[in-house]
Amino acid sequence: MTASAILPERGLADRLTAVFWRRPRLLLALLLTPPLLWLGVVYLGSLAALLLQSFYSIDEFSGVVKEEFTLKTYGELFRPSNFDILVRTVTMAALVTLACAVLAFPIAYFAARYAKGHWKAAFYLGVMLPLWSSYLVKVYAWKLILAKEGIIGWAAEQTHTSWIISGLLSIPGLEGSSLSTSPIGTFMVFVYIWLPYMILPMQAALERVPNSMLEASADLGATRAQTFRTVVLPLALPGVIAGSIFTFSLTLGDYIIPQIIGNSANFIGMAVYQLQGTAGNIPLAAAFAVVPIGIMLVYLALARRMGAFDAL
Amino acid sequence: MLSDRSPLSLRLAAIGGLLFLHLPILLIFLYAFTTEERSFQFPPPGLTTQWFTTAWFDRPDIWPPLYLSLKVAAIATSLALILGTLVAGAMTRAAFFGREQISLLILLPIALPGVITGMALRSAFGVLDIPFSTWTIILGHATFCIVIVYNNAVARLRRLSGGIMEASADLGANAFQTFRHVLLPNMGSALLAGGMLAFALSFDEVIVTIFTAGSGSGAKTLPIWMLDELIRPRQRPVTNVVAIVVFAATFLPILAAYYLTRGGSETAGMGK
Repeated sequence: MTASAILPERGLADRLTAVFWRRPRLLLALLLTPPLLWLGVVYLGSLAALLLQSFYSIDEFSGVVKEEFTLKTYGELFRPSNFDILVRTVTMAALVTLACAVLAFPIAYFAARYAKGHWKAAFYLGVMLPLWSSYLVKVYAWKLILAKEGIIGWAAEQTHTSWIISGLLSIPGLEGSSLSTSPIGTFMVFVYIWLPYMILPMQAALERVPNSMLEASADLGATRAQTFRTVVLPLALPGVIAGSIFTFSLTLGDYIIPQIIGNSANFIGMAVYQLQGTAGNIPLAAAFAVVPIGIMLVYLALARRMGAFDAL
Repeated sequence: MLSDRSPLSLRLAAIGGLLFLHLPILLIFLYAFTTEERSFQFPPPGLTTQWFTTAWFDRPDIWPPLYLSLKVAAIATSLALILGTLVAGAMTRAAFFGREQISLLILLPIALPGVITGMALRSAFGVLDIPFSTWTIILGHATFCIVIVYNNAVARLRRLSGGIMEASADLGANAFQTFRHVLLPNMGSALLAGGMLAFALSFDEVIVTIFTAGSGSGAKTLPIWMLDELIRPRQRPVTNVVAIVVFAATFLPILAAYYLTRGGSETAGMGK
């Protein structure tokens, strides 16, 4: 029996291993091909189909899609009724993002700087569970809360503050028979549903602020408010922007919440949904869907310049 | 002065924020027991457990959507597990051309709003004349589940020392034996966590599903059933009973995923 430094090959598996060893690129290609085929064909292919359809147009009399290149469908986006939808959606997304940032900050700051041990885990799970738990169930919960006969109405009646709600509901533009049919309700639900998406990146950014910097700031005579304004806030900004990417993008594309809660004024997502469904106007639906992509690309480019991607 | 105690106002705001995130969900549970079925009256005029038996025995319309959702989530998760692990394996290897682009491509289905993914898939089915079926739903779900599995797998692989793979090769194992006996046991809990999160995401997904399910009666997933009930309510507390089931089906996997990956730098669920 001769002792060899090299073990004998025991079959196909060993031979393949040797091939992989000599040509690591081959293994890489084998690993990447199935997922890239899937994402490339299914996903990028679909996005291409979407883009393609948005350059078609619909014949106004027969309702048949004309498969020739035109910018007419994009032109239709600027009709007053359609342009209103774009403005309304972007305004809502901006307001929701602002409100989320304000509400998220104390939670993220407390969790990042003061919470220790069990509290830290509690805060982590406390944000994670609402983030992952069922979207529809959460929306449904708010339908219960905001209904006229629901818990907010009841609480207002008990504390004799119903006049505040009816006052809010009589502001022009925010009218509704109850909170659940007013744009105020839509706004509240958006804020609630997307809040965890803001807290997490914010907390990650705040956790990276070194304590020594806060101490240095205090040593140099800054008050708490000054430290907060000149040290904490600038360092947390990338986290805020990273979070705003989610809240902004998710609000731009959502069509379930405004359909269930609010005065059924149209949002981009709802327009896409209705146009592709009952109206059968796929080109215009596609053009509407391209708008959030465009807005998000600009937003991402700006965010990248401000260093938000390091906080993800 | 830098104190380790938080200001009272901050503590109140933080705890208030957490309560704001959790209290609404509790109402779902309360309303499942109410005796009032036509409105959302608070406080409930009376409490009953009849809706659980009603949902179980008298509402046959609940079961097909439930089975469909379970089937879709199971198949989509399996596909995502395979594809996500493959990408993760490739991405932890040496740098190669197009690496950045690939990581963006994986992220895209979840970074862009769901309505875009949905509308894009729907246009593609339209262009290619693919009829809607269970498989078109699965196609969409698997696409955005890949990133969930990938995130979990890649984090674990990064933490794993490359030395153990070399040691395995030195001891005479071939690539497949190394995968089976070294890599898989080490990645097991991360993959399980990723799979559970993907399952939860798929089971609950409605925004993309509506675009890829078509309108047939056999194309109703449980979330679509719920959405119908929200728009045209009947026996509202029954919807709450189903909502509790859906909530549990998403809540328990994420809790399990958290405990499976706890303690590492890669706790599951950071990026939905």
